[in-house]
Amino acid sequence: MQTKRTVFGNRLLPYALLLPQIAVTVVFFLWPAAQAVLQSFQREDAFGLSTTWVGLANYLDLLDDPSYLNSLKVTAIFAPAVTLLSVGLGLVFAASLDRLVRGGRAYSTLLVWPYAVAPAVAGIMWWFLFNPTVGLLPYLLAMIGYRWDHALQPTDAMILVVIAASWKQVSYNFLFFMAGLQAIPKSMIEAAAIDGAGPVKRFFTIVFPLLSPTTFFLAVINLVYAMFDTFPVIHATTGGNPAQSTNILVYKVFVDGFIGLNLGSSAAQSVVLMAIVVALTVIQFKWVERKVTY
Amino acid sequence: MIDRHPWLDALAHAVLIIGVLVVAFPVYVAVIASTHGPNDFMSGLVPLLPGGEMVANYRSMLTDGLSSSGAPPLGGMLLNSLVMALAIAFGKIVISILSAYAIVYFRFPFRAVAFWMIFITLMLPVEVRIVPTFKVVADLGLLDSYAGLTIPLIASATATFLFRQFFLTVPDELMEAARIDGAGPLKFFRDILLPLSRTNIAALFVILFIYGWNQYLWPLMVTTTSSHYTIVMGIKRMSDVADALPQWNVVMTTVVLAMLPPVIVVVGMQRLFVKGLIETEK
Repeated sequence: MQTKRTVFGNRLLPYALLLPQIAVTVVFFLWPAAQAVLQSFQREDAFGLSTTWVGLANYLDLLDDPSYLNSLKVTAIFAPAVTLLSVGLGLVFAASLDRLVRGGRAYSTLLVWPYAVAPAVAGIMWWFLFNPTVGLLPYLLAMIGYRWDHALQPTDAMILVVIAASWKQVSYNFLFFMAGLQAIPKSMIEAAAIDGAGPVKRFFTIVFPLLSPTTFFLAVINLVYAMFDTFPVIHATTGGNPAQSTNILVYKVFVDGFIGLNLGSSAAQSVVLMAIVVALTVIQFKWVERKVTY
Repeated sequence: MIDRHPWLDALAHAVLIIGVLVVAFPVYVAVIASTHGPNDFMSGLVPLLPGGEMVANYRSMLTDGLSSSGAPPLGGMLLNSLVMALAIAFGKIVISILSAYAIVYFRFPFRAVAFWMIFITLMLPVEVRIVPTFKVVADLGLLDSYAGLTIPLIASATATFLFRQFFLTVPDELMEAARIDGAGPLKFFRDILLPLSRTNIAALFVILFIYGWNQYLWPLMVTTTSSHYTIVMGIKRMSDVADALPQWNVVMTTVVLAMLPPVIVVVGMQRLFVKGLIETEK
């Protein structure tokens, strides 16, 4: 690991400097995480009086639990949908803006600010827009003969949370694609233009392949966002319903642990989620370091 | 551009204008809803033009709150959010810059262990280990306090990495010159490294302020009395009125107040914000 050519010689000072960070990390991160791992191998009786060691039983139960399998399926739809929608729109906006010679800054400001809006707030706003009694969008949908009701229709509920979760993330992806586009040497684009490639062909044969590291990075970041940071969107709007159709994994950990008080199962689910985050982070670091090749 | 395609430019403008409108639309509707009285929602469709109750809504929410759902005045919640956001941003920056300094400018046993310990926190979002973390905070007696709201969130791997990367780019000669001139590690840190890090600190501050302000699950867990509610979590309490339709006008008033401060920060400090965002994720 890198340091400076010369370093300070103090023996105790570096530990003192590290102390606050390490203390917070141990008390609020490592210790709880270790607790979760420990609990995932235990089962508590209904009154919380005694705990017994059950080995892998909590994990094996998950595999048989229809509601957990449903939650896996819901997440497998939700997370890629949010990723595709928000990364796709971010790319479309960035590519459009890249064409323009003037007006760039104004558009960029107008597209960037939703990043500041809390996921919970974004959820409430879309929930209001889609509200079956007063919302504008169900009113418009009724005109074309569709009865929107996210309180009863699982598909409607899924569409609602996907839109609400993607809305604020588009600005993030837009910014990264803008940075990626600016890094592409203009000479390459010019050379292709001289060879007779039109703007559409240039985009698909030069610009998009050169953006692949950015796209890959954003795909991983957005998957992580959709799997973990969208908790407030679900909690503030559908609450995982109707019929568990929007009960994503991270929401289920919370419901089972805090409301169902099924600590063993909730802990096992936590451990599975931690494994997923660790895997995604490792993938991200490995590939981003090496850069995706084209 | 290299070649002229007027129709493509027009298409680009069209895409961007539609994008800007779609992005702004929910906020427009929320702002409009916050200017109406409760009866304007009875007709079955949300109003799309401003009403005349704006001042009344904002004044009553800021000073009185919503007694029917036990919501305290928003003024206090905004203050709590501000305290939380500032404490998290300051706290993260201070502990990260100190630990990055230790890792880059010193060699000591267990340096790699410390580095990896910090790295691991990056991988454990609070949502994933919420039950045991809540228990730790409860055992320490930190429920319903500013300490409980902020301290568990101030360990930050990303900020430590950002400062580490930056310190590695600072020329070695600066430190050698400082040592020859007799400066100790603390003096070097205060008089040379800290001033050099100013822009990075500011950029990081913008990102972390938004992060802190927008916290939702954690304040929802650790606050049990209304004196420590933050505004983002307070919205949930307000829209959750049992057995009644939410009072949309006051819910949207809260929504607008909850997003205004971070949006102002992002728009007002756009350059720093973009720098902070792009650099912390690398």
